[in-house]
Amino acid sequence: MTSLSTVKVGMADLGVLVGAGSLKTTGLGSCVGLTLHDPVARVSGMAHIMLPTSSIAREGSNLNKAKYADTAIPELIDRMQKSGAMTSRMVGKMAGGAQMFAFAATSESMRIGPRNVESCKAILAEYGIPLKGEDTGGNYGRTIELLGDTGILIIRSVNQHIKEL
Amino acid sequence: MDVLKEVGNIGAGNAATALSKLLDKPVDMQVPKVNLLPFEAITNIVGGSEQVVIAIFLRVVGDAPGNMFFVIQPASAKKLLERIAGLEIEEEEDRFSEMEYSALHEIGNILAGSYLSSLADFTKLSLQPTVPSLAVDMAGAILSFGLMEYGAMGDRALLIDTKFLEGQDAVEGHFFLIPDPESFGKMFAALGVPVE
Repeated sequence: MTSLSTVKVGMADLGVLVGAGSLKTTGLGSCVGLTLHDPVARVSGMAHIMLPTSSIAREGSNLNKAKYADTAIPELIDRMQKSGAMTSRMVGKMAGGAQMFAFAATSESMRIGPRNVESCKAILAEYGIPLKGEDTGGNYGRTIELLGDTGILIIRSVNQHIKEL
Repeated sequence: MDVLKEVGNIGAGNAATALSKLLDKPVDMQVPKVNLLPFEAITNIVGGSEQVVIAIFLRVVGDAPGNMFFVIQPASAKKLLERIAGLEIEEEEDRFSEMEYSALHEIGNILAGSYLSSLADFTKLSLQPTVPSLAVDMAGAILSFGLMEYGAMGDRALLIDTKFLEGQDAVEGHFFLIPDPESFGKMFAALGVPVE
């Protein structure tokens, strides 16, 4: 058996993979793991998005684009295009956006998980990229792995069954 | 930083006393570490973002808001439950009954409450805990929630980390206090330290 490379994507980080192998990010809570895949060029991308919009950023000039939905998705698309992907062929999948603590639901500003999900969907729609699979919400954490050759997204969590999208 | 370490020390000292009363045994507490840490490094303290942990989370409201976590690993939680609540613990990893959840919730509540009230006494700031929530899940999923306030500022957060150790079986727990970015100034001012 040959071992294929796994690209690890950290919190507020993004990564691109060409061909086989996988992209993986661990411990998604209210963050969203957004993945894009071009099945023809076999180019895959993943972003671990923390916040819905960069309009709330106070980071100044060294803004981390991977952290915000509205900057991470364009950046991911751009990098994938440089690796030969075409936006028109891309399909999106995502997981995460949980509300880890029940009481948090009562306060609008604490609804960060659902807001991340809504924001990602709106931005994918702007680019005309179809959302082919989604496992979001709930109150539990997720680890996701996108397989580069097939575009299958594997979702693991502590007390749930393994899901495939 | 030294001042914050001292603040952490005082809070944790009280919490350690509360814990040793609950256990009826001495509890060692390490000197708090105060650090501005990258997000990834924060989850690494408790074994990485996929490590299953038990966390009691509460939001600190009042003059200097922030987030507070009491984090322990499942094995340590089982030992705590055995000692304090006298509950018979099943061997099965990572699974807890309603009764055990409830006891852990209460233990976390007492510890966090005593940490916070001594902090409030010392700084003369009004600091109240919200009703605590409990979660058993991946450390990354839980702690990232407490880092959101920092997310908009950068990729690092100020963390006051205190580690508890009890006896030879080493029941190990961590207290994380993550003051909101806006809160340092108030804390320093309350302690009489000039802020640049």
